[in-house]
Amino acid sequence: MNLKKTLVTLAVTALASGAALADINIGVSLALTGPGSGLGIPMQNQLKLFPKTIAGEKVNLIILDDATDPGKGAANARRFVTEDKVDVIFGSCITAVAAAMTDVASEAGTVQLAGSPVGVPAGKDKWLFRLPQSNTVMGHAVVEHMKKQGVKTVGFLGYTDAYGQQWLDAVTPMLEKAGIKMVANERFARTDTSVTPQALKITSANPDAVLIVASGSGAAMPQLALVERSYKGKVYQTHAAATPDLPRVGGKSVEGTFVVSGPALLGDQLPDSHPSKKAALDFVNKFEAANGPNSRNQFAGHAYDFQITMEKVIPVALKKAKPGTPEFRAAIRDGLETMGRTVFAHGVMNWTKDDHWGYTLETGVMTKVVDGKFKVEN
Amino acid sequence: MDISIASILTLDGLTNGAVYALLGLATVLVFTVTRVIFIPQGEFVAYGALTLAMMQAGKVPGTVWLLLILAVVAGLMEGVGQWRHAHNPVTGLKAGLRMMAPPLVIALITAWAAPQQFPMAVQAILSVLLVSAFGPLVYRVAYQSLEDATPLVLLIVSVGVHFAMTGLGLLFFGAEGFRNPSFFDARWSLGPVTLSGQALIIFVAAAAMIVLLWLFFERSLFGKALRATAVNRNGARLMGISTHTSGQLTFLMAALIGALSGLLIGPTTTVFYDSGFLIGLKGFVAAVVGGLASYPMALIGALGVGVVESFGSFWASAFKEVIVFTLILPVLLWLSLRSGHSDEEH
Repeated sequence: MNLKKTLVTLAVTALASGAALADINIGVSLALTGPGSGLGIPMQNQLKLFPKTIAGEKVNLIILDDATDPGKGAANARRFVTEDKVDVIFGSCITAVAAAMTDVASEAGTVQLAGSPVGVPAGKDKWLFRLPQSNTVMGHAVVEHMKKQGVKTVGFLGYTDAYGQQWLDAVTPMLEKAGIKMVANERFARTDTSVTPQALKITSANPDAVLIVASGSGAAMPQLALVERSYKGKVYQTHAAATPDLPRVGGKSVEGTFVVSGPALLGDQLPDSHPSKKAALDFVNKFEAANGPNSRNQFAGHAYDFQITMEKVIPVALKKAKPGTPEFRAAIRDGLETMGRTVFAHGVMNWTKDDHWGYTLETGVMTKVVDGKFKVEN
Repeated sequence: MDISIASILTLDGLTNGAVYALLGLATVLVFTVTRVIFIPQGEFVAYGALTLAMMQAGKVPGTVWLLLILAVVAGLMEGVGQWRHAHNPVTGLKAGLRMMAPPLVIALITAWAAPQQFPMAVQAILSVLLVSAFGPLVYRVAYQSLEDATPLVLLIVSVGVHFAMTGLGLLFFGAEGFRNPSFFDARWSLGPVTLSGQALIIFVAAAAMIVLLWLFFERSLFGKALRATAVNRNGARLMGISTHTSGQLTFLMAALIGALSGLLIGPTTTVFYDSGFLIGLKGFVAAVVGGLASYPMALIGALGVGVVESFGSFWASAFKEVIVFTLILPVLLWLSLRSGHSDEEH
């Protein structure tokens, strides 16, 4: 009886996968449970709006939960390449998980589009493309704004983790080039009980501006400590702080803060001159129509951009090979590298052979906190 | 570095140190009475602060549901245990109800009171009650049946309890942090130093708590029973002191101290679901300075940890935690040189 059951299951699976071979299969691994679920669930909601067919071919999305666990993510990726024989992998939204999937994807020669800024050693990202902006692109917008504001000295106050370090590495050369001197470099952790000593050190160096590199509600604490020490200069925050949690926790103390942001969530606020305005508006309107007002979310935006990418690349790849074959997967990779300037909700993408981060420098938008809301700075 | 910066840093360090002191005392208390190295001590800090934050937002904190579930589980365990022990279902039922009743009442009152937007003092008291009620239940569910196990086994259980409580904290409070409003918004300038009302409250509350603990251990029968258990478990048992009751009482006090620390620290920093661990660990470092046995040394150690942390953040902020936790090495070295050999229980 058991054997019979197994045989039937096998036959059904074989038939199903046989049928699926002709379609385009996309493996999606997202954190739908665990600490990263706040990022993964909005992405899944956006994927519900994914088209059923692209260029006349049926598209199957195989969505798996990686539970914010790198081991599970790698197992999902393994399943995608061996059992489902997918043409593209999308995910994960958590850097550590996406990094664990990278080796599996590149071994199998399958493109991985990561929803998180995965940094891998040079030359290892042949099959890896990232949808979020690199810190360099965002740092560019920050440094440009500092130049315009006449900032001459800057203090750095960032997380002790990888995010803080990546930002430090990204902005240090840019600041040097702009002739802005970094007079203090302090670090703190999200769960610290006090940032007073660091704030003290920075205010005693008295820079024209302070760049705080932190995320969400953790970004408010160092700024409160600066205000406490009656720091009067400008305060800059990074795109990870561009969430409603910053004004929620920071209250009046974060008024007037400059926060760099991707364009996706700003929607109608964007100046007409910003190339992403149309895409950002389209994303926000469709997503909020499906999920309720003010549900817009940065990570759902990455899922939207994934759709734009697929709609542009799949028709090109279909001309070269049939879905389900290694040639088709290679064609997708080549297509991504040669698709040229593409407008996303999150900015302007231009992947090339040597740059799999790809966003152009026109991407970052500077906003200012006014009455607890983010207003675009011109 | 001049005198004004040094004094600001010292004040900042002492403020945090006062909170570490409370947690250090709780760690020493739990270890001496039950031999449990109570890693989840810090979780009560986060639970206390975040429960108040939820009530401030007019929401029923998720800890209410956890308390209800835990109360039922602990009540059942207690009931079945007593039933088997006394071969009498009525005794079991009574024991189970006794275990269950206080947390159930507290949870239901909180569930009713949360949306009513009571003044902050009422919400603070409710938060402390709610989180304190976790103490005995955690002891009943996780530790009581392992009372006679080695400290290593108890430590492993502690690690498990810590992960469970952090995970549940994420479920109830979400990934983002909260900052509670200050209880007392005044500030005084003493030269270069500004003493905030909240810092004053921290000092006063920590001092009051320490005095109360001292009175409890010196003057009350329960306190003396706990001390007796700490000195010699078997001897205390022979004198009719229940190790179950003293364990639960100890955990009640540990949870109470944790929740209170959470309320104290909530307005001065952003508290996340996982903030408690590091705070508790610094209390643990303080407790180690006291050899996990001496309250006054733990107090001094805690203030020292706070001040070192503060100066460490000023001089080398990237290595702050390294500096704080490296403190433990010379202390351990000194302790092991001084005591020569370990006693039989460890």
